[in-house]
Amino acid sequence: MKTMKKIDAREMDCPQPVIETKNALQKNSDLTVLVDNQVAADNIAKLAKKLGCKVSRVEDGSDYKLILKKVLEENKEESTSEVEKVYFIKSDKLGTGSEELGEVLIKGFVNTLLEVEPLPAKIIFINSGVKLATLNYEIKRNLHKLEEEGVDILSCGTCLEYYELKDKLEVGRISNMYDIVDILNHADVVVV
Amino acid sequence: MSPGTLSQVLRQVNHISKDNNLLVGLDSPDDACVYQLDQDTAIIQSVDYFTPIVDDPYLFGQIAAANSLSDIYAMGGKPITAMNIVGFPSCLSEDILVEILQGGADKVAEAGATLAGGHTIQDEEPKYGLSVTGVVKPEDLITNSDAQVGDSLVLTKPLGMGIMSTAIKGGLAKGNLDNPAIKAMTILNNQAIGPMREIGVNACTDITGFGLLGHAWELAKESNVEITIFSEQIPIFDEILDYAEMGLIPKGAYSNRQYLKENVEFEDQINEALVDILFDPQTSGGLLISVAEDKVADLLIGLYGQGVEEATVIGKVSGNQSKIRVATKKGEINEERRI
Repeated sequence: MKTMKKIDAREMDCPQPVIETKNALQKNSDLTVLVDNQVAADNIAKLAKKLGCKVSRVEDGSDYKLILKKVLEENKEESTSEVEKVYFIKSDKLGTGSEELGEVLIKGFVNTLLEVEPLPAKIIFINSGVKLATLNYEIKRNLHKLEEEGVDILSCGTCLEYYELKDKLEVGRISNMYDIVDILNHADVVVV
Repeated sequence: MSPGTLSQVLRQVNHISKDNNLLVGLDSPDDACVYQLDQDTAIIQSVDYFTPIVDDPYLFGQIAAANSLSDIYAMGGKPITAMNIVGFPSCLSEDILVEILQGGADKVAEAGATLAGGHTIQDEEPKYGLSVTGVVKPEDLITNSDAQVGDSLVLTKPLGMGIMSTAIKGGLAKGNLDNPAIKAMTILNNQAIGPMREIGVNACTDITGFGLLGHAWELAKESNVEITIFSEQIPIFDEILDYAEMGLIPKGAYSNRQYLKENVEFEDQINEALVDILFDPQTSGGLLISVAEDKVADLLIGLYGQGVEEATVIGKVSGNQSKIRVATKKGEINEERRI
C-alpha cells in the first residue's frame, strides 16, 4: 500500500499552509495536512472544496488533521453524488403520530444507516435532533461508528445551548447556521 | 486585535474623563475622536499603524499614511498635522526606513497636511503609521451615529484588500501598483469630502480592519438603525472571489465573523466566498456613506466627478433596530418589505 503524502504545516504563517497544500495537490491525489489553528484548517478545507477534494477533518488535541482525497475526473459525477448526500435530522423522533413509536423509529433509522451503501457524507442534527447525538447511548455508539467510516456529523450549536447539552456532545462537531445552510445548499440529496 | 477582544479590554478600563468638549470619544466608537476647541473649531485625532503588506517600502509608506489619514476624512475633517510612528529592526538597512518615511511624507503632503515629527523604536519587524490631527467646523462633523431610516449607503472603494494581501504573501498576486487593490490602498479618501459636504450626508465611516460588515455594524449600532446590504451590488477587486474560494482568507475575517455573528442576518443563499469577502479586513478601504435617498444620485455624480469612479450604492438603512441584514438583490428586499 502506498503511504499517503503528509504535510506538517504547523507553525507556518498564513497563508503558507494553503499554498503548500495547493502545490502538493498538483502531484498527489491523497494528502494529509497537519495544522495548528482553526483558521488554517478552515482555509485548507475551502481550497480542497474548490479543487474537487473530499475532506475529512479530525481534531487532534490543539492541532487539526485534514485528510484530502481528490475525486477522480472520470467518476466525479458518481462520487460527487455520494459525497453530497446529507441527512438533516430535525427531531428526536421520526415522523408524526405516537411519540413512543417515533423514538423507536428514529433509533432504528440511525442504526440502519450503518448497514446501507453508500454512506451519507454528512448527518446534521438540529432542534431536538441534537438530543440523539448527546443523550441516547445506543445512537451515540452508532454515530461514533459512522464517524469512523468518514461520515461528518454536525450538531447545531444554538440548539445544544438551548437544551443545555453542549458539554454532553461526544460525537461529531458543533456547527452553526452558516455552515448548515451552506451544506444543504451544496447537497444533491437532502433527506429530512 | 479582534473587535471582540478589544471591546472586552476597553470595558475593563476606567475612563474618568467627563469633558463636555469631547464630542466623540470612547463612549461612541467612531473612526477618530473629536474635541471642540471653540465655537467654530473642533480637532479630530486618530492613530493607526501596522506591519508591511507589500515588499516595496515606499509603497508601504504610502499605504500606511493613506490609511491613517482616512479616519480624519471619515469624520468630514481636514488633516493639518501628522506624526510618524515607527518600529524598525536594527538588522535592516536604513535605506528601507528612508523609503517608508518618504512614502508617508509624500501622502501627507498630497493631503495638504504637515509632517511635524514622530517617534521610533527598535522592533522585531517593521511597523509604520501616523498619528494625525485634523480640524472640522462642529456643524460639518460627520459621525457614524446619525444614519436615518430610508438612507442609501454608498461604498467608495471595492472590497477584498485583506484577501489580496494574503494572496500577495502567498506569492499568487503582485504587490505593486499594477495590482488594482494595491493602487486603491494608496488613494486618499479626500476626494469624497467635497461632494459629501456640498450635498450633505447623514453619516460616514471608513472601512478598515473590521471589514464592511464590522464597520456597517458600528454605524447601525451607533445610529440605532437596521442596515440592509445588497450582496450582489458589492464592488469587489478582480480575482478576489477566486482567492476567497481558494482559502486565502486572513485570520481577521474569521474573528470579524465570530464577533458579528449575533448581529448579522443572511437572508438568502449567499455564496460562501462572498460572505468571507464581506468580513474581510480592509487596509485603507473606502468610505461608507449614509445619505438621504433623494440625494444619492447627486452624491454619486459628485463622487464620479472627483474621480471616485468605483462608488456604488450597496445597501440602505431599512429600519430602526440595530441590526444588519444581507440580501442578494435590492428588489427582493423591497418586495418582502411591501408584504
